[in-house]
Amino acid sequence: MGELFIIVISSMLVSNVVLSQFLGICPFLGVSKKVETAAGMGIAVTFVITIACAITYPVQYAILEPLGLDFLQTIAFILIIAALVQFVEMALKKFMPALHASLGVYLPLITTNCAVLGVAINNISDGYNFIESVVCGFFTAIGFLIAIVILAGIRERIDHNDVPNAFKGTPIVLVTASLMAIAFCGFAGLV
Amino acid sequence: MNSCMERLKNGIITENPTFVMMLGMCPTLAVTSSAVNGLGMGLSTTAVLIMSNMFISLLRKVIPDKVRIPAYIVIVASFVTVIQLLLKGFVPSLDKALGVYIPLIVVNCIILGRAEAYASKNSVLPSIFDGIGMGLGFTFGLTCIGICRELLGSGAIFGKTVIPESFHITFFVLAPGAFLVLAFLTAIQNKLKLPSATNVPGGDIACGGNCAECIGCSSVANKGLIEAERAAAKAAKAQAAKEAAEKAKAAKAAKAAAEKKED
Repeated sequence: MGELFIIVISSMLVSNVVLSQFLGICPFLGVSKKVETAAGMGIAVTFVITIACAITYPVQYAILEPLGLDFLQTIAFILIIAALVQFVEMALKKFMPALHASLGVYLPLITTNCAVLGVAINNISDGYNFIESVVCGFFTAIGFLIAIVILAGIRERIDHNDVPNAFKGTPIVLVTASLMAIAFCGFAGLV
Repeated sequence: MNSCMERLKNGIITENPTFVMMLGMCPTLAVTSSAVNGLGMGLSTTAVLIMSNMFISLLRKVIPDKVRIPAYIVIVASFVTVIQLLLKGFVPSLDKALGVYIPLIVVNCIILGRAEAYASKNSVLPSIFDGIGMGLGFTFGLTCIGICRELLGSGAIFGKTVIPESFHITFFVLAPGAFLVLAFLTAIQNKLKLPSATNVPGGDIACGGNCAECIGCSSVANKGLIEAERAAAKAAKAQAAKEAAEKAKAAKAAKAAAEKKED
């Protein structure tokens, strides 16, 4: 139980997926203009990462390793994730149309979100067991959700501020992200 | 041959993926804590880009249009695996430094972007040169950022110490420094009004999630949805404008009628 707790804290806060591992920067900078869209993106990512971790784990240990096909890991995982995203989209459309209406726009973007592939590969290279992998995936994604929602909140405020001309647009967002990363560095003492 | 040179110039200067297009931001920020890492990452990406551009261009008439994105992903992933194994075998130190970011070359927008935007429409030789140009442009960008961060953070250039230790600003080698260096580089670009995805009037970061607008991205599937949304917004705006105009007209008429009455 203690170990799981450490995984939760470290994957969510200490080594935050965006602010210290630099995975999923594109949606982090691109879909963070409004809090609602940011939250939608975050929830969609959480959904996909958790399922992706639960599926890539058995594929690695039940198919790739017994057959000595470790080197196919990258190809296998990216195909699984791409197929999974399609499948999740279809399933949501059929069974939860309301959820699909709110998350639908973000789902196709997730295939190229490096956080999904990154977390799946990291889980294997860190030698986690099944439960640890899923927990790590879920809380890494929660870390993404926290970071993107905070950034979106700050960006909504920045819109009303007087930013120097040269810093308008992307540069001020990057400065904000930098300050957030400093704040998240403070969590390093937790584990 | 002329078109090949033009492709090289296009990749390195006109459409430099790091500074102008702002593509592939994850590796740009993650591995540039030293110039050597940036260079290594850039060259690995270049190798993948050249090979994938070549093969996609060769197969462009064979791959059915509907499954082209998965097909590209398989091709790119194969070459990434090759590069990964080569690095593990011959440059283990670099493999360790780059870690998970080597397999993540698969999801780098630059590679799928070039496949979709260029290699799938052009013949083999220009596609190869497009790959070389874009790859070198990316390498150049990463190495520049790497040099900045390494010089400020650990006082060295390519591992050779030039600034004594008491003047090092460790901040720049850590995660927040990556964001800050990139923020200042883009701010300088904005100030000098250099062509860049970030200083297009009303524009946002080029790659940033806004993939529907980028022709060369695997999330083209999304484009219809977003365009429909945009059309709806436009229609709503037009409707609102129309209503406002009608209201104004009605008000004017009422005013005129009132004036007439007064007369």
